[in-house]
Amino acid sequence: MGNTKTYWKGLEQLKNDPEFVKHADKEFATIGGDEDPGHSRRDFLKMMGFTVAAVSLAACETPIRKAIPYIQKPVDVDPSVPNYYASTYINGGDYCSIVVKTREGRPIKIEGNSLSSVSKGGTSAQVEASVLSLYDNYRLRGPKVGTEAASWEDIDNQVISKLTEIAGKGGQIRIVSNTILSPSTRASLEKFKAKYPTAQHIQYDQNSAYGILKANESSFGSAFIPSYDFSKAEVIVSVGADFLGTWISPIEFTKQYAATREISEDKREMSRHYQFEANLSLTGANADYRTMIRPSQSGLVIAQLYNLIAAKAGKAALSAGVEKIANLEKAAEDLWASKGKSLVVSRSNNKSVQVIVNAINDMLGNYGTTILPNMPLNFRQGNDEAMANFITEVEGGKVDAIFFYNSNPVYDHPMGAKLGGALKNVALTVSTSYTEDETSFASGIKAPDHHFLESWNDAEPKRNSYSLSQPAITPIFKSRQAQESFLIWAGETDVDYFTIVKANWKNWFFDKQNAIGDLQTFWDKCLYDGVYELPSTANNSSSFSGDVNAAAAAISAAYKANNTGFELAIYENYGVGNGSMANNPLLQELPDPITKATWDNYVTVSLKDASEKGFTMNDGTVQMANLTVGGKSVKVPVVVQPGQTPGTIGMALGYGRTKVGKVAEGIGTSAYPFISMVDGGLTYHVASGVTIELANEEYRIAQTQTHETYMGRENVIQESVLSEFKKNPAAGRDYPKITKWDEKVDPAALSLWKGHEYKNHHWGMAIDLNTCTGCAACVVACNVENNVSMVGKDEVLRRREMHWLRIDRYYSSEAKAGDYVGLEKASENPEVVFQPMLCQHCNNAPCETVCPVAATTHSTEGLNQMTYNRCIGTRYCANNCPYKVRRFNWFKYHDNQQFYQSNPAMNTDLGRMVLNPDVTVRSRGVMEKCSFCAQRIQAGKLTAKKERRTVKDGEVVTACMAACTSGAILFGDMNDAESRISKLLKIEKDPKRPYGIDKKIGNPRAYRVLEDIGVKPNIFYLTKIRNKDKEETKA
Amino acid sequence: MMKLRLLSSAKFFTFVLLLALSSASFAQEISKDAAVISAGEALFNGNCKSCHRVKQKLVGPALAGVYDRAPSIDWIKAWVRNSTKVIASGDTYGVNLYNEYNKSQMTAFNSYTDDQIMSILAYVKAEADKPDAVAPTTASGAGGGSNQSGLPASYLNTILIGMILILVLLVVILGLIVSALKKYLDQKELSEEDKEVVHSPYTISSIMQSSGFIFIVLFVVSAVAFKTVIDGLYTIGIQQNYQPKQPIAFSHKLHAGAYEIDCKYCHTGVMKGKSANIPSPNICMNCHTQIKQDSPEIQKIYSAIGYDVVTASYTGKQKPIEWVRIHNLPDLAYFNHSQHVNVAGIECQTCHGPIQEMDVVKQYSLLTMGWCIDCHRKTDVNTKGNAYYDNLVELHNGKKPMKVEDIGGLECAKCHY
Repeated sequence: MGNTKTYWKGLEQLKNDPEFVKHADKEFATIGGDEDPGHSRRDFLKMMGFTVAAVSLAACETPIRKAIPYIQKPVDVDPSVPNYYASTYINGGDYCSIVVKTREGRPIKIEGNSLSSVSKGGTSAQVEASVLSLYDNYRLRGPKVGTEAASWEDIDNQVISKLTEIAGKGGQIRIVSNTILSPSTRASLEKFKAKYPTAQHIQYDQNSAYGILKANESSFGSAFIPSYDFSKAEVIVSVGADFLGTWISPIEFTKQYAATREISEDKREMSRHYQFEANLSLTGANADYRTMIRPSQSGLVIAQLYNLIAAKAGKAALSAGVEKIANLEKAAEDLWASKGKSLVVSRSNNKSVQVIVNAINDMLGNYGTTILPNMPLNFRQGNDEAMANFITEVEGGKVDAIFFYNSNPVYDHPMGAKLGGALKNVALTVSTSYTEDETSFASGIKAPDHHFLESWNDAEPKRNSYSLSQPAITPIFKSRQAQESFLIWAGETDVDYFTIVKANWKNWFFDKQNAIGDLQTFWDKCLYDGVYELPSTANNSSSFSGDVNAAAAAISAAYKANNTGFELAIYENYGVGNGSMANNPLLQELPDPITKATWDNYVTVSLKDASEKGFTMNDGTVQMANLTVGGKSVKVPVVVQPGQTPGTIGMALGYGRTKVGKVAEGIGTSAYPFISMVDGGLTYHVASGVTIELANEEYRIAQTQTHETYMGRENVIQESVLSEFKKNPAAGRDYPKITKWDEKVDPAALSLWKGHEYKNHHWGMAIDLNTCTGCAACVVACNVENNVSMVGKDEVLRRREMHWLRIDRYYSSEAKAGDYVGLEKASENPEVVFQPMLCQHCNNAPCETVCPVAATTHSTEGLNQMTYNRCIGTRYCANNCPYKVRRFNWFKYHDNQQFYQSNPAMNTDLGRMVLNPDVTVRSRGVMEKCSFCAQRIQAGKLTAKKERRTVKDGEVVTACMAACTSGAILFGDMNDAESRISKLLKIEKDPKRPYGIDKKIGNPRAYRVLEDIGVKPNIFYLTKIRNKDKEETKA
Repeated sequence: MMKLRLLSSAKFFTFVLLLALSSASFAQEISKDAAVISAGEALFNGNCKSCHRVKQKLVGPALAGVYDRAPSIDWIKAWVRNSTKVIASGDTYGVNLYNEYNKSQMTAFNSYTDDQIMSILAYVKAEADKPDAVAPTTASGAGGGSNQSGLPASYLNTILIGMILILVLLVVILGLIVSALKKYLDQKELSEEDKEVVHSPYTISSIMQSSGFIFIVLFVVSAVAFKTVIDGLYTIGIQQNYQPKQPIAFSHKLHAGAYEIDCKYCHTGVMKGKSANIPSPNICMNCHTQIKQDSPEIQKIYSAIGYDVVTASYTGKQKPIEWVRIHNLPDLAYFNHSQHVNVAGIECQTCHGPIQEMDVVKQYSLLTMGWCIDCHRKTDVNTKGNAYYDNLVELHNGKKPMKVEDIGGLECAKCHY
């Protein structure tokens, strides 16, 4: 009796599926068809033999390398010696005064210009990254008509003939731009408008502040944005305004804010910062008291704040208000106590809300101290109503010619789709964008402008503060300065924009001053400094005359105290920002300071909503959801975000680009269409008609940090509150002890090693957790300075990002110490601390002792050195590094088509121009890490040696320190008693071993991370102190 | 009171007298102060030496005695600053000089101050007053030719090979003799003892076939092969003595050797930065607008820079010169000329060899890491007059000189980052 049972492997076999039969003999399933059978083992050996022979033959031959000198060497250019040019970063309405480092005529690094009274040497991630945009492979190579390349003569003939025709029949002409900061550009456009009287200039902003302009018009009689001085504010209340990240002039505000957050034994006072917001913003993360509100409540919160302060000032309350907003009464009390030294700001783009904000600041007497209306800022001058009218006009066929001056409204305006559709019916459409963006693509004529690093220009970011922009490189492509284009089209003959700017500066400034007698000297000085500043006008009095009751009525109508449905809160993030620089991989790969996500757009929901709706987040694996806003539905990944107000959904602008270049195209969904016009202003939240539903589909978000809290480990983060700090400057400090058989001792007292002697320099760094805002400009600066590879989303998902410097973001937890499961969970509304983490340059470095080939060694100056050409890639060092700051090159990221899009700086001839020639480009299989900018240390020392002197403090500055706007990072020689770091840390040398590693650190705030393991880093952190009354949630 | 006044007036008179005396003779104005002379020497070497010598006529006249033979010191100053202007003014002395030296124009040094020109003259005078050296030792650079002493290496090789051939022949002849004798003896009646002597058990073939012999031969052969392979591998990427043909046959022997032009005159970056700089043709043109205009090599410079000899003007048509790079360091190594030349004060010849004797430049040194390290171990740090090193010198154990190695000169991140 034979067994008749049949066993089958699966349903396929039972069904005798032909596809299954074909592959039945294979042991493993193959994905994507058969492997190529064309190559046998013999072929492999043959090829191998040939290759070995060929390679060894080739190796014998000396490659002939050419050296081509200048024909006429410019006097001030020496190969290998960098030149620096002061210039100005202008991107839409964003501004920063900068110094551009060039090598052999190529800009390779941007740093802040400390002579500017506006940006004061600060930078941002976008400013630092903008140098790579200069070498963007997707830049327009020259002018185009439609899809065909054309010559500038053709373009000019076409534009002028069409303009003449349009002007002849009285057709309407429009120039559309973002805020223009440049007075010379405005003058050029005026000439164009004078030639064509029907021409109108429309300014709009992606992140509009039109509400403030309108409110000030009704409160003070003119539409302006005042200067703010956060440095004089003892109490700061911000309702949704992300002034450290994206609100109006973040670099300037960060500098001012940081000044109020600096504390020491001698200065035990700091500002108190209240934040009321829906999304956890960078500013909110730095706040002392943060309250989660719904965007639909924000107007009422302002009204309620007015009421609370009015009660103290003896004024009548408003008809609007909202109860039970945590911390609001406390905020009002603090504001009132610091009258004249406080500041209330709001992100709201609603005129009525801003009128009330003005009224509050007026009651508090802040005008003239923290708000300077007579020193208006020129950012964000966009007029939302004019822009909306313009688009309606275009749709109605009333406009005959449109010039898009470096603006992209088809993408970054909520009515962009309508505009894009209507453009083909407009007789003449011209875009001057330097890339072929959405608007440029939809326009008939593409007349690319230079990149700002190739242009002459000027800017007036603030009244009486002017700055110049000079080219740091000859134009790479056949682009043309847009101002020149406009002047040519206006029929002007003197169109050289450099001459125009110089002539303007002569008329405006040189003729009105007496200090410098000769124009060339004056001009040279302005160009050298990059800025020219007139004395500020002293009169800062103002008379508030806004109608608060009417505003309150409008607020009651527009805002709801108890909305129950979901709300969408739209924000600008800190990497790609408004999307204009989205095609820059440095920004795409920059982890968002809060969510730590890269290369992606997503929506954020609160912990509460997530558990209700079933959204989970596990090691970057998240759920997709169908988000419906006002009838429009999109599928988006969902990130669960502590600090997100329950019932709100956060979504970033800047993604979902369709025409810009392969780096950014296809990433995420654009949030611009969800912005609506309310009361004549763009409103960045949607309060009704928002639903979000689980889509039963998983998605991977490439996060660089998935751990949320520091698990109560005080050897990582040491923090306290101001009230404690006032009593004891060592508040929050943790002094770890290790146990010997008989006693507990300080970890520094026990060591296996004898310790090094640093006779010359002892480089060290101090990072102040109190002033670090987490803005991540340092991360981008480090990437650019040190040729760090960008690896793309897939590799980040595999934890293979190469950043040498990362910013760890920790949330607080409500769990008690010891509850390890609970401690992993962040609070609903957590406190946040940012900790820049880089190679700690340990004096007893654990990585050095395990390297089998001595590729990582210690220097006589305290540096932990990494020698790439010696490294064989065992990765023992990374394994033994307690800080996890060593990064391994899993691939050859240069000259590799696989990384063509994510890492253009090493894969294209154009991109390679940005590389720092003094830093090796690492290859596959080697470890790398922060070198403390060894190339800068060497350069600084060499300069000193050549001048036969010692190194001056401040001469050697790491890229991260140079980029840090808030001054949180301080690098220097700890052997130099006069250096700032020695003074900050109050270093006392051990008289027995003055050059040894065990220096006595006198600053009670200074600690080393993981001090208990005794590796003795050369990086010190200063405790995080929050300005709170008592110790509240922690860990 | 009176006495004082007398004294001061006496002083005044001596002063006037001195002034009158000094204006009587030009030479007296020229300083003999060592500092001035050394300042003049630096200026002279950097700027004048390419065309002038003190006691020898070169492109321009020998400068010894110029302060006596020229019309006046002021004339010299005017001439140095802008000789064209002096000639154009119809100055007889100047025009004669111009004609005498084939109408070659002197480079204008209009930025020179009076003091600078006077210091150069001070140096020239000091040099001119020195007694002539016994023999000029110009070409005594490091490692200079060993060719003169002994036999050349190629002869030695020939002799060696010849001797080996003779020895091999001798062995063959002896072998033939032995076999002939053996055959002869075999034909004779021999005693057993004698037979054993003739037919020794240790024949050549038995020795050759013994395992000991085979082992030794195999060992020696494989050891030699191994050594050759290893040595061969070590030479990969080493280009010592690399001497490629250059697009223009520029001779360092002529310029740096015979004319003693300072290296820094052309290699302008050597004190400032990482690159020494291959001179741009506009430096060549400082002299070659006048000198050797007809040479085909100079014509190449003219075509590169776009110079028309006939009209003596620039056409604007430029074509870069593609020199072949001789010294190639790998990208992973950072080397800075200014550290070594400016700070350490090392002579160019230390690494580049007797460049002043090379018609065609070749790579003189190994340029391997071992070569760098070796020098860093042996070389004393040039701390003299450099405040940067003061503290290090103080801390250094005074018995032994402070080598580069002692201050971290062997650390990886000094060159690799």
